[in-house]
Amino acid sequence: MRNVNVEIIKFLVLTLLVLVLPVVVHEGYLLNVLVFVGIHSILALALNLLLGYAGQISLGHAGFFGLGAYISGVLTATYSFNPWLAMLIAAAVVTFIAFAVGFPILKLKGHYLAMATLGLGIIIYIVFNEAVDLTGGPSGLSGIPNLRIGAFTFDTDIRNYYLIWTFALVAIGLSLNLVHSRIGRALRAIHDSEVAARVIGVNARLLKVQIFALSAALSAVAGSLYAHTMTFVAPASFGFNFSVELVTMVIIGGLASIYGSLLGAALLTVLPELLRAFQDYDIIVYGLLLILMTMFLPGGLAKGFPQAASYWRTKFRRGPSSDA
Amino acid sequence: MLEVRELTQRFGGITALENVSFTARKGEITGVIGPNGAGKTTLFNIITGIYIQTSGSVHLNGEDISRVPAEKLAARGLVRTFQNIELFGNMSVLENVMLGLHTRSSSGIFSCMTKMPWHLKEEKSIRQQAFEWLEFSGITDLAGQKAANLPFGKGRLLEIARAMAVNPSIMLMDEPAAGLNNSETHMLAALIRKIRDRGVTVVMVEHDMELVMDICDRILVLNLGRMLAEGSPREIQENPAVVAAYLGEG
Amino acid sequence: MDLSDQIAQYIVSGLSTGAIYALIGIGFAIIYNSTEIINFAQGELVMLGGMFALFFINFLHLPLPVAVLLAVASTTAVGVLFERLTIRPLKSATPLSLIIITIGGSILIRGIAMLVWGKDTHAIPSFSGTDPILIGTATILPQHLWIFALTVLAIAMNKLFFNYTITGKAMRACAVNKRAAGLVGIDVRKMVLFSFAISASLGSLAGIIVAPLTMTSYDVGIMLGLKGFCAAIIGGLSAGVGTVLGGLLLGVLESLGAGLISSGYKDAIAFIILLLILFIRPQGLFGKAETERV
Repeated sequence: MRNVNVEIIKFLVLTLLVLVLPVVVHEGYLLNVLVFVGIHSILALALNLLLGYAGQISLGHAGFFGLGAYISGVLTATYSFNPWLAMLIAAAVVTFIAFAVGFPILKLKGHYLAMATLGLGIIIYIVFNEAVDLTGGPSGLSGIPNLRIGAFTFDTDIRNYYLIWTFALVAIGLSLNLVHSRIGRALRAIHDSEVAARVIGVNARLLKVQIFALSAALSAVAGSLYAHTMTFVAPASFGFNFSVELVTMVIIGGLASIYGSLLGAALLTVLPELLRAFQDYDIIVYGLLLILMTMFLPGGLAKGFPQAASYWRTKFRRGPSSDA
Repeated sequence: MLEVRELTQRFGGITALENVSFTARKGEITGVIGPNGAGKTTLFNIITGIYIQTSGSVHLNGEDISRVPAEKLAARGLVRTFQNIELFGNMSVLENVMLGLHTRSSSGIFSCMTKMPWHLKEEKSIRQQAFEWLEFSGITDLAGQKAANLPFGKGRLLEIARAMAVNPSIMLMDEPAAGLNNSETHMLAALIRKIRDRGVTVVMVEHDMELVMDICDRILVLNLGRMLAEGSPREIQENPAVVAAYLGEG
Repeated sequence: MDLSDQIAQYIVSGLSTGAIYALIGIGFAIIYNSTEIINFAQGELVMLGGMFALFFINFLHLPLPVAVLLAVASTTAVGVLFERLTIRPLKSATPLSLIIITIGGSILIRGIAMLVWGKDTHAIPSFSGTDPILIGTATILPQHLWIFALTVLAIAMNKLFFNYTITGKAMRACAVNKRAAGLVGIDVRKMVLFSFAISASLGSLAGIIVAPLTMTSYDVGIMLGLKGFCAAIIGGLSAGVGTVLGGLLLGVLESLGAGLISSGYKDAIAFIILLLILFIRPQGLFGKAETERV
């Protein structure tokens, strides 16, 4: 049974780690990587709420990420909105879109849902490329201002690090609360047996849409943060490939595991950097990882090893004679 | 009280139910029996909103619930258990029962995420009530176990505890004795009586005749989608048409 | 060229791309009907068809018919290998796992193709030259005729196979009720293998015959696959006429939309149609309505 204190301690340890890490890692490039780990963590977390907890697949989440980035980017770069206000507007717009699209889309199941979300993501991507007057087209949108509070501008790696990770930690904390609450239980119930969940009064349809919208909103916030950190956005970052990468992060880290999402995000952000020389091989690696993880370690890294360990333990305990 | 009026259900060319009417009264245990294919599960599926009937209506405590979607019925006091027990396997026994209290709680996504005080208070209350229902079913010692690991008999008790947590006025039970041995069935009978004594109307589909004759106040017999007979256990046992249906064509 | 001529032209070229979508879509339907899996890797098999053909023609300088046959055979082999290694071992996987695995497979295939053949686009010579043919006021290329002819041939053979051969009927039996099929002695696993093989051959054929017109590269698979899927969905995932009509309809609508409204958003048209169908009539325009039993 879940022990509240353990959860709090885990979170505090994480917070401490985040606070202290720049003391050890102060090279600009590395800090930049950690900034991306933060952004990807928020994205993986958002997707995990939908995929791991609510059990609904989305192959188009890069689209929501991109929408957040572009709406923030356009409002601030072209129309000189206050960046914080723009972020709020972006999140609100994306939430609205997610609700509108969510009701019809989440009536679909399995492959149909996967394809529909894929299609949605690609439509968004095409719009980014084609609405050149608004978005700058394939060459992207530049001149996006940094975020600032008063005179304090987030324009260095270390400042962006703390900015992003503050958001990430808040997102993690809120998600942990959600997952351990009646809503979290309801989500897991839908996942385990939707028919039984309905019988005891869980409005599965509404809840799925709500989580979809929440997941989209979080992704949009990550997008806004990305836009203001990079000061430049281009459609290439928000295509199908990135949607697949996000799914891979969640699968590797572990479905329905908040800390797993962090792990998956960290791994898939750091490894490509380490393997810069092998850049072209990355999609092969993702493909292999997806297949192998799903076949052999379905719990992901967060749960998979404990699961696999207990499986092997019982196998050895029973002895070879009882193998079926 | 549950009232079914002239319920008819057709699937394409097959008539699963035809003109079935009955009333299950408060404080009574009503049994629904009949040979396989008689339409018993179809009847349950219609009442619980999984199917929409071709014609006829279902009334709960006077209100027409024919068009009410399945997930809204729990809040109105109607709950159901399944023949194959539908547990939330990956969750603990306690969490399963806590889910039964879903409709009796209301913290939304925002309150849960931000741990608002009323949410915390509600959580505590949910937990406490869940323990009380575990005690009702006699499975308090299993609270921390993963539901999927329970033996079938205990899983059945868990499903009942979860259903009772909804605080229903009507409990529909689909073959509750299926898969239970003799002593488990006796315990089930006692539990169902306990449920009835709390004022819950119980409607039970069953094949275990001993159980049915033992605890049911009224019995409804279905055959080939139609009502064959209705009455007290004794009347049903002495009804020649019923005997023929079971032993003759049955 | 006045408007009606333009429209005629759009329709003709739309029908030709539509035929391609139909072939790919039938591939989706065949696998779905025997396994209830949507094979995300189908698009990549289409791509492989074109790439293998490229290899056999440009590199090994084999004559065209030989190259085409070899390319189809090679891609079929890849399809079978994929089924063997990833699908067969997972008998009781959740739908989510299957989706993830076929996605993984598709990006794996794409990645390997990129490594082997690079990122450039390549051209395959047209089967019989590039002199345009005039039909009324519309011009079509000989390759378009090849596309129509081969598509019709492939679909006809498909129909013959499924309706008149034992294996074909066995596969249809599996599609209707896998367990019953197994009980009457049909080797279900073999039928699944066949379905992957047939889908791969149809898909690769599609990839080959369209390559002279649209060039081929390692990433054409995604779009073609998705549009083929769209065709199949419009057709209600039927392995026959429905999907063919779906493909043709999609091709024509896409072509008209690109020509009359905007060419940049051409790809978006297919996906908007996909979403609309999924939202409004997921069983497809030409499929049978299914009643859901619990």
